[in-house]
Amino acid sequence: MIWLTWRQFRIQAVSVFAALAAIGTVLAITGPQLVGRSSFSDQEGLYYGGLLALYGLPAVIGVFWGVPMVTRELETGTHNLVWNQTVTRKRWLATKLGIGVLAAMVAAGLLSLAVGWWASPIDTAASAADDDIFLPRIAPVVFGVRGIAPIGYAAFAFVLGVAVGILLRRTLTAMAVTLVVFAAVQLAVPFLVRPYVLPATEETVPITTENIRAITADDGAAHSLEVASPVGVWLLANETVDADGNVVSPLPYAASDCLPSPPGAGGPPPRMTDIHECFAQLSDVGYRQHLAYQPASRFWPLQWIETAMFLALSALLAWFCFRRLRHLS
Amino acid sequence: MTVLRAQGLGKKYNRRWALTACTLEIEAGHVTGLVGPNGAGKSTLLNLAAGMLEPTAGTIEVCGGVPGSGPGQLAKVGYVAQSTPVYAGLTVEEHLRLGARLNPSWDDKLAHRRTERIGLDPVQQAGKLSGGQRAQLALTLGIAKRPELLLLDEPVASLDPLARREFLQDLMEAVAEHGLSVVLSSHLVADLERVCDQLIVLVDSQVRVAGEVEKLLATHHRLSGPRRDVDTLPADQQVISASHTDRQTTVLVRTEAPILDPAWTVDQLGMEDLVLAYMSNPVTTRPALEVLR
Repeated sequence: MIWLTWRQFRIQAVSVFAALAAIGTVLAITGPQLVGRSSFSDQEGLYYGGLLALYGLPAVIGVFWGVPMVTRELETGTHNLVWNQTVTRKRWLATKLGIGVLAAMVAAGLLSLAVGWWASPIDTAASAADDDIFLPRIAPVVFGVRGIAPIGYAAFAFVLGVAVGILLRRTLTAMAVTLVVFAAVQLAVPFLVRPYVLPATEETVPITTENIRAITADDGAAHSLEVASPVGVWLLANETVDADGNVVSPLPYAASDCLPSPPGAGGPPPRMTDIHECFAQLSDVGYRQHLAYQPASRFWPLQWIETAMFLALSALLAWFCFRRLRHLS
Repeated sequence: MTVLRAQGLGKKYNRRWALTACTLEIEAGHVTGLVGPNGAGKSTLLNLAAGMLEPTAGTIEVCGGVPGSGPGQLAKVGYVAQSTPVYAGLTVEEHLRLGARLNPSWDDKLAHRRTERIGLDPVQQAGKLSGGQRAQLALTLGIAKRPELLLLDEPVASLDPLARREFLQDLMEAVAEHGLSVVLSSHLVADLERVCDQLIVLVDSQVRVAGEVEKLLATHHRLSGPRRDVDTLPADQQVISASHTDRQTTVLVRTEAPILDPAWTVDQLGMEDLVLAYMSNPVTTRPALEVLR
């Protein structure tokens, strides 16, 4: 059965691994040049290329590996042939899932390793200081393409493709549905799940002229304030709260009066003493700034949890596949 | 020994019954022909026997086990679907390798002998074979697996007359050599006549008649004589079909007893007549004779 599965799967597998080899070569050539540099602004193209490749790989695996694994047999009727050899359907599916999941995990693991190695000087720099172009690796966009999380995504995408294929039985529709479902999961997890799997570090700090970073104003009325947050963290909240801990937005007029006019508005340059006084007023009524974030040290715990979560989802889908298998014909 | 036993077997697709209340017993060592019009449930019955489908009602037991229940069961039953599926991307040789790897009971010599005789090029991709060659390859896989029971769904449909005869010849040899039991469906009665010793007629998702070919032929008679009401026939004569002209009545009856009424001219039936009579008369009850004035 392993021979047959490999024989059917080898073209798709070789294509993907050849593409990975090409990406790996590019990274291996350019990677050593990054070590010891302090500015990486010219590396944007490759950096985001690697990011896209790592987000794209699980989708490709789900759509082009997972879906056809079963639907192609059903569409060409060869399931009638293979299910009547001395091999049970369960073993047939187990072999297909086993080989596919293994190949998917290896592919994603290798790519993540290569891209992570290439980008490690950039990640280190981004974690040490605020950067406009590059985000620290715990930030949602980068988190999904570092460490072991891509391995979980790839396994999940593959099993999802197989499950959707078993359910819909038609290659093209199943491919489209797999892609949409996988993209939805990839978007939902960073926003709806990941922030809550570990309790965030919370801080409440006074608002001062030293730590203020941004004032957002709408028609002259201050809308919100931002204070300096630790660097290299995943910031979840940076909001002004009153004495009772409730979020205040917009700020009261008292604060607006003393705020500097925005640059370019033509007003007189703000005087430091006014601003001091302004923040002192805010502090007097009990206003503080609330910060919530995942520190950089949470990177690996979050990676493990996310990978385990996706592997558990894959197992659930695999169980569903085996359940549906009996009714397939 | 019974190779296939069905009791009240039924299969429902969505809301349509493809097979209902099918009760059957097929003895080992026979070649059983399954005939019926298109959509009568022949493929459904074979699919149920192979374990490709699960019954909606009743039970089916094949070679003493539940179809498709495990590797041991799968080894005993060979099945070639109507579409004679093969992997388009695999070569003929790779198909034989597939058979050898997936079946502990694989007869590699038999498989190679067969593909050689049919003239299949081992390095040819199965997707580029003609319909008949594909069917031959699929059948080779079925036979070389050396099952106890071989289920063939319209095996000869895509073969030319010569290949058809050779294939049936082969099948007979395999039956004689390995004590193989075969159930094959076809709507070509002439082909079945050549190889089958058992016959099942399936009409409107129900088994109309089943039994040994010789016995069926011996107990079915075509009676023709002066016009009369079929209800006046003796009770042991089961009317299969009846037709009337102004003066004459022709009835097809099934009876164990000899026909004693001297008014009848008695003719023996061929297999084709018998099958057609059952196929064209789906109602089992005696049709009332309409009154002509």
